[in-house]
Amino acid sequence: MNVNTEIWQGFVVCISAVFTNNILLNYFLGMCPFLGCSREVKTSVGLGFAVIFVLTSTCILNWLIYHYVLVPLSLEFFRFIIFIIIIAAFVQFVEMLLDRTSPLLYQKLGIFLPLITVNCAILGASLFMVIRNHSLIVTIGYGLGSGIGWFLAIIAMAGIRQKLANEHIPKGLQGPGIALIIAGLMALAFTGFAGVLQGN
Amino acid sequence: MSPNSKQPELKTLAAEGLWNNNPIFKQVLGICSTLAVTNLVLNTMVMCVALVFTLSFSAATVSVLRNYTPRNIRMMVETLIIAFYVIIVDVILKAYWPQMSGQLGPYVGLIITNCIIMGRCEACSNTSPVGKAFLDGLFNALGYSFILLIIATVRELLGMGTFLGYAAPYFSSQYFDKWIIMVMPPGAFFMLAIVTWIFRTIQSKNEEPGQ
Repeated sequence: MNVNTEIWQGFVVCISAVFTNNILLNYFLGMCPFLGCSREVKTSVGLGFAVIFVLTSTCILNWLIYHYVLVPLSLEFFRFIIFIIIIAAFVQFVEMLLDRTSPLLYQKLGIFLPLITVNCAILGASLFMVIRNHSLIVTIGYGLGSGIGWFLAIIAMAGIRQKLANEHIPKGLQGPGIALIIAGLMALAFTGFAGVLQGN
Repeated sequence: MSPNSKQPELKTLAAEGLWNNNPIFKQVLGICSTLAVTNLVLNTMVMCVALVFTLSFSAATVSVLRNYTPRNIRMMVETLIIAFYVIIVDVILKAYWPQMSGQLGPYVGLIITNCIIMGRCEACSNTSPVGKAFLDGLFNALGYSFILLIIATVRELLGMGTFLGYAAPYFSSQYFDKWIIMVMPPGAFFMLAIVTWIFRTIQSKNEEPGQ
């Protein structure tokens, strides 16, 4: 397969990860921060950008480690531990780097970075990429698309929740209840994208 | 600890985990990895067994090691302990039930980042003796499982007209229009929202007379 078709395929996978196979609304990954940190648009934007960055980078790192270290040593079953260590180490590293080089960015994203280690979307994307046997270029597209999809979903959620803040909601439904219903409606809307990309 | 004092403690732990502080409708933790498999009851059962095993044993292990773990790397140690048990589950499932392993896909591995396990390790196992940590983990996992089984039962029944793969009497007949939306992702969100709503309302009704 030549490089051009692979780039094209990566692009298609990227678009489908954003819309038709949204990591949050279709695969339920990253629900905890989605419900917990979506009260304000501002915090969601910070968290969303942090997720896009970490998700894409760790996907690429994990792909390299998996295919060049784990597969030759036939240690595939060990991938859970390796992936989670790489994610944790990467987040720690980025945190230190940001702290030294760009205090402004650190102040904006810093508090979200530790949260990201336990965000299921990050590990989930890495595991999906292994199961689906993506090539490196496709993996880049997939990681980027998943991150952007998550970002879109949490921002939409935060916007809706800000509007809802002053509405009267039944007591049992307040907080997570109403957030889940909104997520359900959003998922319903996103199923409208199904079929946009044929053969995916 | 004498057997007399253990009995009430068991009861309070059970009540906390199963009802008062239920992981799903009260703490709203760890819904990520398991919501996805609630479209079939059988998948949910397997997932729940895996979760009960992982949560109770990793809670116990964290508790055993609590005095030997340095404070600042304790999250990392906890994650590794959880990952250790998840690998056991994954390998066993792959060896004895490869079909199920394929259906669950990445979600077995995602038990590692299931927030409820980390949450219990941080909230209880870090400070409690082994027995208490184990029971706390066990009851939390059971409280988690029973809600998921309710969701899965409704989704499978309404969405496919079956229960555990067998055709259900009324729901699989021609008189019942299957709710396809129930087996699709939005159905899971709606069901979870409804279940949360119902149980929270019951809970707040029960609390009011006591106050």
